[in-house]
Amino acid sequence: MPLWLFSFLAVLAVISALGVILQRNPVHCLLGLAVNLLDIGVVFIGLGAVTVGFLQIIVYVGAIMVLFLFVIWLLNLQAEGFGGYLGVRFFGAVGAAALAAELAVMFWHAAPISRLVAAPTPPGSITSLGRSLFSDYLIAFEVTSVLLLTAIVGAIGLARRLPSSTDLAERSATGQTSLRSASSTIERREQIPGPIPARVDSGQGRDRRIA
Amino acid sequence: MLIEFVIGALKAIVIVFLALSLAGVLLWFERKGAALIQDRIGANRAAVLGVGRRLGLPNLGLVNTLMADPLKLFTKEDFVPEGADHFLHGLAPFLALFPILITFAVVPMGDTLRIGSRTINLQASHLDVAALYVLAAIGIGVYGLALGGWASNNRWSLLGGIRASAQMISYELALGLAFLSVVVTYGTLDLQQICQIQGGVWFGWLPRWGILVQPVSFLLLLTAGMAESKRVPFDVPEAESELVAGYFTEYSGGKQAVFMMTDFAEVVLAAVLVTLFFFGGWQVPWLYHDGFHFPGPHGAFLQLPNYAVAILQIGSFWAKTVLFCAFQILVRWTLPRFRYDQLMQFGWKGLVPVGLLNLIVTALVVVLVGAKY
Amino acid sequence: MVTPISYFLVLSGILFAIGVVGVLVRRNIIVMFMSIELMLNAVNLAFIALGRRIGSIDGQVIVFFVITVAAAEAAVGLGIIISLFRNRATVNADELNLLRW
Repeated sequence: MPLWLFSFLAVLAVISALGVILQRNPVHCLLGLAVNLLDIGVVFIGLGAVTVGFLQIIVYVGAIMVLFLFVIWLLNLQAEGFGGYLGVRFFGAVGAAALAAELAVMFWHAAPISRLVAAPTPPGSITSLGRSLFSDYLIAFEVTSVLLLTAIVGAIGLARRLPSSTDLAERSATGQTSLRSASSTIERREQIPGPIPARVDSGQGRDRRIA
Repeated sequence: MLIEFVIGALKAIVIVFLALSLAGVLLWFERKGAALIQDRIGANRAAVLGVGRRLGLPNLGLVNTLMADPLKLFTKEDFVPEGADHFLHGLAPFLALFPILITFAVVPMGDTLRIGSRTINLQASHLDVAALYVLAAIGIGVYGLALGGWASNNRWSLLGGIRASAQMISYELALGLAFLSVVVTYGTLDLQQICQIQGGVWFGWLPRWGILVQPVSFLLLLTAGMAESKRVPFDVPEAESELVAGYFTEYSGGKQAVFMMTDFAEVVLAAVLVTLFFFGGWQVPWLYHDGFHFPGPHGAFLQLPNYAVAILQIGSFWAKTVLFCAFQILVRWTLPRFRYDQLMQFGWKGLVPVGLLNLIVTALVVVLVGAKY
Repeated sequence: MVTPISYFLVLSGILFAIGVVGVLVRRNIIVMFMSIELMLNAVNLAFIALGRRIGSIDGQVIVFFVITVAAAEAAVGLGIIISLFRNRATVNADELNLLRW
């Protein structure tokens, strides 16, 4: 891979990764992550792993990131500050910088054999990948498919809304603040006609009781 | 070295230009076609200095659609709604258009063109895994409308954006399965090779086009392609009578023009894919690289120079593409819209099982018959 | 000039460290999850680069499986986050402290 191309892709990857951790709005973080994954996918393609690169773009960027986006929308997450204990933030950043420096030094001064002088022909085509998957790694392949099925069933089961839900978020939105059944709350609301609000509600659409 | 770069750049420019021009012409074709189907006249007023009327020609609405409308769109005020995310609001239309345009880089317009001693492959970029590349680009196209819908700070846009992205990722599955069946049949992901394999004849006269081998896959690809471009009957994300304009409610002027362009570019892309996989791409029946070899006992042989063959191939490719674009426009103005749950059920419970079954049957047949294309 | 493999490994290390910072500094669980995906991505890059260097297809096969397992993990993890949000109405990691001392 020519150096100018690698430099461009590396700078873009680092900038987008920094964007992921430094942006306040989760959707902006997600966009940064999508750019980073796309960028590294292109690096894969440049390194000869064409199939895996495109797989990264199709699966990671095209599907998993959209899943993240849906969840962010579902939970209606807003932009937020950083929060957290100052000690964790400071020492976390220092520790990660130390880690980065250590990794960089380790990889940079690795044995000369790691410097690419004349590489053997990279077997990156889809045929060689397929052949390897279906012969050497066949069991892992089949087990992964079962894993995916389990994940699908698990995700549906976890995120399912049960009919008589006891979710705090849902209950507080409908004005029910205790674990009494929803029906009693609705009856109570219908019996007591609420007064006309003195001012226009400018909230998030929640039921504000003016009692 | 430089000449290679220039030739490559020229091919890329030409094909993107042709695709966008076709998208523009389709805009006019849709307006007039819709008018014909709905038994009305359509746009026929705008004219430049009354030229057509003075000459006694009927006004076909070309000035209206191809000059007045773009001029209006690009000179409109470009506003960003209050509380919207400025950056994403501006980025979204281009994020929607860009992936669709870059898929045209791997679309082969013809076989090879020989100029002097140079053989030019009439494909902007020759990729071994071109079909994967197309799938990847279509997958990225979801972001434009999802983010556009969210960044507008408008609940109808958000609803439209969510519906659109959910629909797109659902029908990507059906699209991918249709691709897979074709790839299993031809044994290659390379689009140029798939077109080349569809040359030749069976029984001496029947062209080896893909539709004869994969009819179910053809229907699947056409349907999923129409769903991907969110055209009626899969129109719910931009349901004009329900969600104002769905995810591009808050867009006006140039950005809306880009979204419209995306719509028609996706129509062209779906038509191109159907042509490439099932109708021989640039193949003209009985045309080989040295001329026509007509079938029959007295098979005539018409010798043609290389550039004539290339021109015929390019012409046939675009003719078939235009045919399928016209078909999609016809379907749009004929069928009513799916309800959203019907749409999702159709995608997940209808197309995906059919696609899987088709894939299994295709794989079985390929293994048993041992067809080596 | 062709880039040496060590450049790719250094990039992988930097991305990994950025991911670690993200997990430690950010309190929003979804952003922490995204930082974990960053770390996975950095490791994928290291696998591909080294697989290319030694000329083996194993690097790509491992990355294939990592991508697949990451997809499964993302699906289940986001399902857990949705359940968590429904019960606690927050995605701030500091407030999800029911099991703390």
